[in-house]
Amino acid sequence: MDLNSRTPDGPLEKKWDSHRFNEKLVNPSNKRKYHIIVVGTGLAGSSAAASLAELGYRVTSLCYHESARRAHSISAQGGINAPKNYANDGDSVYRLFYDTVKGGDYRAREANVYRLAQVSGSIIDQCVAQGVPFARDYAGYLDNRSFGGAQVSRTFYARGQTGQQLLLGAYQALSRQVSEGAVQFHDRMEMLDLVVIDGQTRGIVARDLVDGKIHSLAGDAVVLATGGYGNVFFLSTNAKMCNATAIWRAHKRGAFFANPCFTQIHPTCIPVSSGHQSKLTLMSESLRNDGRIWVPKAKGDKRPPNEIPENERDYYLERLYPSFGNLVPRDVASRRAKEVCDAGYGVGPTRLAVYLDFADTIRRHGKAWVDEKYGNLFDMYRQITGENGYEQPMRIYPAVHYTMGGLWVDYNLMSTVPGLFVLGEANFSDHGANRLGASALMQGLADGYFIIPYTIGDYLATAKFKPVDTSHAAFRQAERGVEELTSKLLSIRGKRPVDEIHKELGTVLWNHCGMARNAAGLKKALELVPELRERFWRDVIVPGGAGDFNQELEKAHRLADFLELGELLVQDALHREESCGCHFREEFQTEENEAKRDDEKYSYVAAWEFKGVGVPAALHKEALTFEYAKPSQRSYK
Amino acid sequence: MRVTLKVWRQKDRASEGGFISYQLSEVSPDMSFLEMLDLLNLDLARKGEETVAFDHDCREGICGSCSLVINGRPHGPLRGVATCQLHMRSFKDGDSIVIEPWRAAAFPIVKDLVVDRSALDRIIESGGFVSTRTGGAPDGNAILVPKPKADEAFEAAACIGCGACVAACKNASAMLFVGAKVSQLALLPQGQAERKARVLRMVAQMEAEGFGACSNTSACEAECPKEISVDHIARLNRELIRAKIFS
Repeated sequence: MDLNSRTPDGPLEKKWDSHRFNEKLVNPSNKRKYHIIVVGTGLAGSSAAASLAELGYRVTSLCYHESARRAHSISAQGGINAPKNYANDGDSVYRLFYDTVKGGDYRAREANVYRLAQVSGSIIDQCVAQGVPFARDYAGYLDNRSFGGAQVSRTFYARGQTGQQLLLGAYQALSRQVSEGAVQFHDRMEMLDLVVIDGQTRGIVARDLVDGKIHSLAGDAVVLATGGYGNVFFLSTNAKMCNATAIWRAHKRGAFFANPCFTQIHPTCIPVSSGHQSKLTLMSESLRNDGRIWVPKAKGDKRPPNEIPENERDYYLERLYPSFGNLVPRDVASRRAKEVCDAGYGVGPTRLAVYLDFADTIRRHGKAWVDEKYGNLFDMYRQITGENGYEQPMRIYPAVHYTMGGLWVDYNLMSTVPGLFVLGEANFSDHGANRLGASALMQGLADGYFIIPYTIGDYLATAKFKPVDTSHAAFRQAERGVEELTSKLLSIRGKRPVDEIHKELGTVLWNHCGMARNAAGLKKALELVPELRERFWRDVIVPGGAGDFNQELEKAHRLADFLELGELLVQDALHREESCGCHFREEFQTEENEAKRDDEKYSYVAAWEFKGVGVPAALHKEALTFEYAKPSQRSYK
Repeated sequence: MRVTLKVWRQKDRASEGGFISYQLSEVSPDMSFLEMLDLLNLDLARKGEETVAFDHDCREGICGSCSLVINGRPHGPLRGVATCQLHMRSFKDGDSIVIEPWRAAAFPIVKDLVVDRSALDRIIESGGFVSTRTGGAPDGNAILVPKPKADEAFEAAACIGCGACVAACKNASAMLFVGAKVSQLALLPQGQAERKARVLRMVAQMEAEGFGACSNTSACEAECPKEISVDHIARLNRELIRAKIFS
């Protein structure tokens, strides 16, 4: 199949403008004739549902949470980028574009990234107008900080709860449309299949999580804004319910899955303490602005951190990267932490941690200054570990955080199935092989507020629609499929609970397809994952029934998909014989242990087509060309 | 450590519920409270018994999903901490722990410890927003917000919508929840145009949902995981009077 990215011609800075002009518009009075189903209510989903309803489309929005406000975007801490150049420090749309393409290690589509940078300023304006309480200076102007990997101050923030405040803004915009009857909203409703009729997306099948009833929803377009798949690793910073089911089932209906192996490991998380751990907690990497990362110079040094004198500490990021220091990109910071721990310099009870030390900053600015900026993060650390980060350095270790991969989309954010649009973390589009800090919120809201409202109109205005309702045989067939899958999961009655098998999958993927990968490990994982999947279908126990609120059943559906996605992730990692961004293949590194790209062979998006469970997916390539940001070896020295 | 749990089990909204006791050994003090419940559920699932339903998601104290009245206190014994951030080191070996759902007429039980808090969403739908459309917003710095106002608005906006304030109040009042949103938007210049209509509509919706009147005991503030101040209830009352007199 030909992968047409539909990137507009013309100079980079004119592409989006000319594209918007060339797109067909839907007549205002005809908009209400179109029904759009938006799945998920995070930043991308809420902003899309609200904005599309404001335009006059009929919108149905659903989420598996009990309220739209609980989507996982709410957990984002640090901030949101926009090149407003309020700090007068040389920022520009072009610089944000350039930083993002470079940070993504030249594996993103230039035109998409440029557009993202272009619309990001409007996001700040929109959120301010909604009443989002961004940090302000004493004159009342918006405050900025520099953030993970950026040398300019372009990050807008609301203490350590930026995601929460942005999501509440979008949720409130959505609530307004619900109250006006422009959005039909369903909570505790989970999409379990996509319905494609004559090659066009025509609806979804979803399960009401309270009474177990299966519902069909028919529409003219479906927008998936269902987040990332980091929980395939079981332990991640994602919320517990985050899953890949919506995108995976769409993949099985024909949507290509792009770059699944691009999974980001975040450097500043609270280390694992025991086998009972249910999730990992991230602490905003804004902490790296003022905290210093170090390990003892002596291997296996068991002294408490405050007894280790200054000259016996190795501030390894400052030593290795004098110009970026503790602010190197996430992948670099994570890998270096793994290396020092693997080499025996790790700290804490498990020796899989490094110190993040605020002592210098507290001496320089005082505790109150630190508390004002990072208070909630220090509280969080204390609640989880029982330790006081003001009195002793915090311990951190990398954890799975974000997935750059996702369903393949063209410039219009449409997948390979016509009428299926994918936004936010669920798509693959803007971050290449590594996402910069404070860029996820930016992308989610850019997609929802400022891109999909334009691009979906072009599809609706140009596609031909036959009248279809939920009585169509394709809906019946999809409903039956979901019911059969549910009965099958409930009928196995084996011995192993869902979470136990999920943890095992996570361990396999973390060990063989985690922060560092090699061919032997990946081949091993390609044996282990299918074997585990086979055991799941033989030995899982899902108590309870199909007809009521059953959280074990919800998890079983999601794990069934993770067990298939896990295999694709490994297949993708094995095929990409280079290192780039977060994808670090040990066989391909520079003399300085940095990721070594192979632009000759791998400057493309790997888009995988589903061919059946246990059957290798088929590879399609979208070649990437860089006319503006010329690929170079990333160097943060 | 060993603990005895007395957990409220209820099949669905219509069924009658009751307490069931469970014994757990091998609880680690470093486990979170919800990881302790995960342990219980793994045991139950292995035996093929229905697991205890409870709401949870981010487990970082921000999504507002988790609830639970633990030994009579919403979100358990610690001040300013949601259930998901509570750890077993706050309990002793041999403790008995009673776990109940939020109890309020406006929060019907879905199953076991899970309640339906959509009444809070309907209050926001009634007016808890600024009616701005996508597009059309002026430059962010065109709207100046003095830092003290921005900070105070942030304190109110930090509400996670968990409903602990309602569960803590003997009248099951939602005044702190409503006060926090009314206060945030009344403090900011962006909220001025709809200031009066907003408070009238939100209070009317709160009453229609069956939440009680303010008990004036400040139990809500004491149990709020984000420690939102009852000052915002005072502002809500002022806003309401202002709207009624000057409308």
